[in-house]
Amino acid sequence: MSRKTLTRRQFVAATAMSSAALITAPYVRGAYAAGKLSIGFWDHWVPGANKASTDLVNEWAAKEKVEVSIDYITSNNKKLELTAAAEAQAKSGHDILQMPSWWPQAYAENLEPLNDIMEPLLKQNGEVNGTVKYLGQSGGKWLATPATPGSQIKGPCSRIDLMKKHAGIDVQEMYPAGGPPKVENWTMETFLKAAEACHKAGFAFGIGLGETTDSVDTAGAIFQSFGAELVNAKGDITVKTDQVRQAMEFYKKLIAFLPPDAPSWDDASNNKWLISGRGAMILNPPSAWAVAKRDAPQVAEQCWTHGFPSGPKGRFAPYLPYFWGVWSFGKNKEAAKSLLVHLSSPSSIEKFVAVSGGYDLPAYANMSKFPTWAEEGPPKGTLFHYPDPYKHQTLSIAASPAPPKIAQQIYFQATLTKMALRFARGETMEQALAWAEGECEGFMRS
Amino acid sequence: MADVVVERGRVARATGARKGKSLRNALGRKSTVAFFLTLPLILLIALLVLYPAFYSLYLATLNKAMTKFVGLGNFTFLFKRETFWMVVQQSCIFAITAVIFKALIGFIVAHFVHNIPGKKQRKWRGMLLVPWVIPPAMSTLAWLWLFDPSYSAFNYTLSFFGVGPIPWLGDTFWARFSVILVNVWYGAPFFLIMYLAALKSVPDQLYEAAAIDGANWWQKIWHITLPMMRNIIAITTLFSLIVTFANFDIVRILTSGGPLDTTHLFATWAFQVGIQSSDIPLGACVSLFMVPILAVAAIFILRDVTKRGNEA
Repeated sequence: MSRKTLTRRQFVAATAMSSAALITAPYVRGAYAAGKLSIGFWDHWVPGANKASTDLVNEWAAKEKVEVSIDYITSNNKKLELTAAAEAQAKSGHDILQMPSWWPQAYAENLEPLNDIMEPLLKQNGEVNGTVKYLGQSGGKWLATPATPGSQIKGPCSRIDLMKKHAGIDVQEMYPAGGPPKVENWTMETFLKAAEACHKAGFAFGIGLGETTDSVDTAGAIFQSFGAELVNAKGDITVKTDQVRQAMEFYKKLIAFLPPDAPSWDDASNNKWLISGRGAMILNPPSAWAVAKRDAPQVAEQCWTHGFPSGPKGRFAPYLPYFWGVWSFGKNKEAAKSLLVHLSSPSSIEKFVAVSGGYDLPAYANMSKFPTWAEEGPPKGTLFHYPDPYKHQTLSIAASPAPPKIAQQIYFQATLTKMALRFARGETMEQALAWAEGECEGFMRS
Repeated sequence: MADVVVERGRVARATGARKGKSLRNALGRKSTVAFFLTLPLILLIALLVLYPAFYSLYLATLNKAMTKFVGLGNFTFLFKRETFWMVVQQSCIFAITAVIFKALIGFIVAHFVHNIPGKKQRKWRGMLLVPWVIPPAMSTLAWLWLFDPSYSAFNYTLSFFGVGPIPWLGDTFWARFSVILVNVWYGAPFFLIMYLAALKSVPDQLYEAAAIDGANWWQKIWHITLPMMRNIIAITTLFSLIVTFANFDIVRILTSGGPLDTTHLFATWAFQVGIQSSDIPLGACVSLFMVPILAVAAIFILRDVTKRGNEA
């Protein structure tokens, strides 16, 4: 058996030639030359809406030569929040994760700053409102970019016929399709009178008093319209103020006109209330109307989504933005940023709005007048005022302007609805306020 | 010098032989084989139970931002919270009431089933086990629809008798009643099957002897059945108490802890505090509170079992 031996001289020559060849060879760009990207998107309620995200991502991936994998994670039973918590703890997971409103602040230390992409996006798409900045920015650093899918305003969705008949309010006249709102008389007092009239007629407003987000968001907007803050922007507890007392008195009156089982409502209860034809109004994004179109078309034809009533301190509407965050421990941050820019382009945003039937709301100022909202129906124009095209209300989130890490606890412990319910169920004002103050003291932990 | 070397070699060989023999002996021992056979399970438990348990102990000693060691600071903080003491009280009410009813229903139904002859008994056993074999998250969803605020099937039925509507999940009393009811419905079959097995092991001669002595049915139960089932009752109660205390899904699905936190248990409140409010150390701390309560219960119940074992 002969064996050819390699001399030291031959080995050195071969190594040198191979190295030279490797260095001088042209860069061959393979199908996935720019690496892999793993994405966790929120699993959309609207059938077919996920496909728009998939198509947009694939379109970008083909252009950028990136291998992508997408997981659609439901927010049912807080699966999305659990995923975020697990990934932040493990410092491993998706490169991009879609997060509900409070999560960028909760995981600020684990998120890649996105100022480099947000600044051009703001120039391109217009400014974002104060709530998006409050939730998405920390110390001048953008923690995440606002995501169109999932972002929503939980304004009133009224029954045209029932409001006209029992409360004497023509919601279409107040919020005409294609025109600016005429809302001089649309105040908290009018709202309360309408709630009373509809309650007497057997069509109570479907407003929850539970611990889930719909109940808390409504309470937040009502408290804010009275200027009531449990904790102010500096982090001081401001529970025992006249504004909070006024808001509590208002809520107590309102609770008397709500369904008796409202304290046990979850986020599906108000939808069912409207779709079953038992209520004259709910405070919700147009998902309930969208389901009614399929399951109860006679109800859907009478639905009109519009703005919130104003209180002594202004007109506030509950707004819940979603965000796309890039983990700082992600493996392909540059590709992630590039994808977020693509998903935030005007054409992508328009696509998100169209496939969601107008449910998804862009955060950017120049993106609130797409044709979808004007054309959706029946009745035609029912969603025209959903994105607040005339900017006549402040889009806000409950518990703001408290520092976000405190506000998040006020929000998820449902302190606002609980204190209002305690007062309505027989506790004195001072007892209910003392309880809320104690809770807020507990939320001050750092 | 040479002697020493030989001596060393001999000693070394003897030690080696002894070692080999003792290893063979060790491997041949039943306890060693048993240990190796259970090793995969021990490793699995260490990975899935012990590691998370110690990790949650570690988490419970951190501050909210998880950047600083605070020792027992989280525990002392919890002691000052009104809601925490409410959760302790509710968990005890929930677990104790549910376990008592499960044990009582299981005991009664086990007697009924025990007295059904042959083939029919098998059918009844199968049917009565259904609530226990359905995943609780699924069956609780069905209960949620029955209690639904707008479409409650119970309220619909009660309306024919002029009763209701009852706010099943909106009022503190009814919400607690509902979550306990669902837990009893789900857990009673476990007691049934355990008690049935225990009943079958009671020798018939004891009852025959008692009958000859003129004992009535109550005396038979009190003096024969219950003493013979004592250990099973104790162990079943302990096991169920642990599982019921740690319940999450029923409360989470039915009430999410509401109204006004009056149905929260340790697990649901820990989830709300830890995951939803992003205070993982405090959430870990809440969940750890179950340990001392259950440990005390376990000591009392198991001590009694050991005592009875020794008596036997």
